[in-house]
Amino acid sequence: MSEGTSERLVGVVLVSHSAEVAASVADLARGLSGGGTVPPVAAAGGGPDGGLGTHAELISAAAASVDRGAGVAVLVDLGSAVLTVKALLAEGDELPEDTRLVDAPFVEGAIAAVVTASTGADLGAVEAAAKEAYSYRKE
Amino acid sequence: MLDADFFRRWMAVTAASVDREAERLTALDSPIGDADHGSNLQRGFRAVAAVLDKEVPDTPGAVLTLAGRQLISTVGGASGPLYGTLLRRTGKALGDAAEVSEEEFAQALRTGVDAVRQLGGAAPGDKTMIDALVPAVDALGESFDAAGAAAEEGAVGTTPLRARKGRASYLGERSIGHQDPGATSSALLIGALKEARGE
Repeated sequence: MSEGTSERLVGVVLVSHSAEVAASVADLARGLSGGGTVPPVAAAGGGPDGGLGTHAELISAAAASVDRGAGVAVLVDLGSAVLTVKALLAEGDELPEDTRLVDAPFVEGAIAAVVTASTGADLGAVEAAAKEAYSYRKE
Repeated sequence: MLDADFFRRWMAVTAASVDREAERLTALDSPIGDADHGSNLQRGFRAVAAVLDKEVPDTPGAVLTLAGRQLISTVGGASGPLYGTLLRRTGKALGDAAEVSEEEFAQALRTGVDAVRQLGGAAPGDKTMIDALVPAVDALGESFDAAGAAAEEGAVGTTPLRARKGRASYLGERSIGHQDPGATSSALLIGALKEARGE
């Protein structure tokens, strides 16, 4: 890992149809991130009318706000949240360079991503940790 | 030949159709969706009409690219990125020509529809907008009139289908017997072509 990675943490964006869900999961992940440096985490929940939905401009702003130059991991709940982030990524200039849509369960993946990012890990490691959360069974 | 004015009219006529049919779209979206398709698209196409009035892009490609971008920003449901991708990719495929032939437009729209299929992962028969758009693009080489009729027929044809994409797919067999709202709004978009040319 290159010098200075501990100061340039990967940012995490949490996109949900619900503003409350996005904000609460962000709080939960920050709260569980341990004693180290808390990485930048931003919530982008709810639609353009303030109700349930997905708001592209909120997502772009959230991604810009957590970009420290080490990449941004975006976790989403479902449906329009997935499609909007994919469409923004295809646009090319709407999200910071090195922004990735991470295919992971929303709550568990967010915690894994934030904890991993707090260690100064790179974007690939943050993504892998979030994806890995799919394999954690509860029975 | 089709110029930027034609494409602006296409968007304006679509915005007016969506306004007129918003309640019907939302009603179709109530039993199998989350009852917001009409209001979401209404907000999106009103914003498209407003931005096209303000910025007045001067090529067909620029009109559709801007319209698509605006839909992604303002709709708030899955139809935003889907219709946004459709128009933006179609616009990009048209390049920066001042005028395009109907054949070039048909080809570009096919590129747009393919991008929608890739984004949403839907195939014909999944009870989505693709069921109206694919037959429309196939008929577009013939005439705008034929494309409109094919889209409408495709939309009506979604009624007996079982949904395999989106929220409606969770309903399984209960999604059968309802016309798909996305296919219905796609038929409005394609139907607006004919009116935009003043036919």
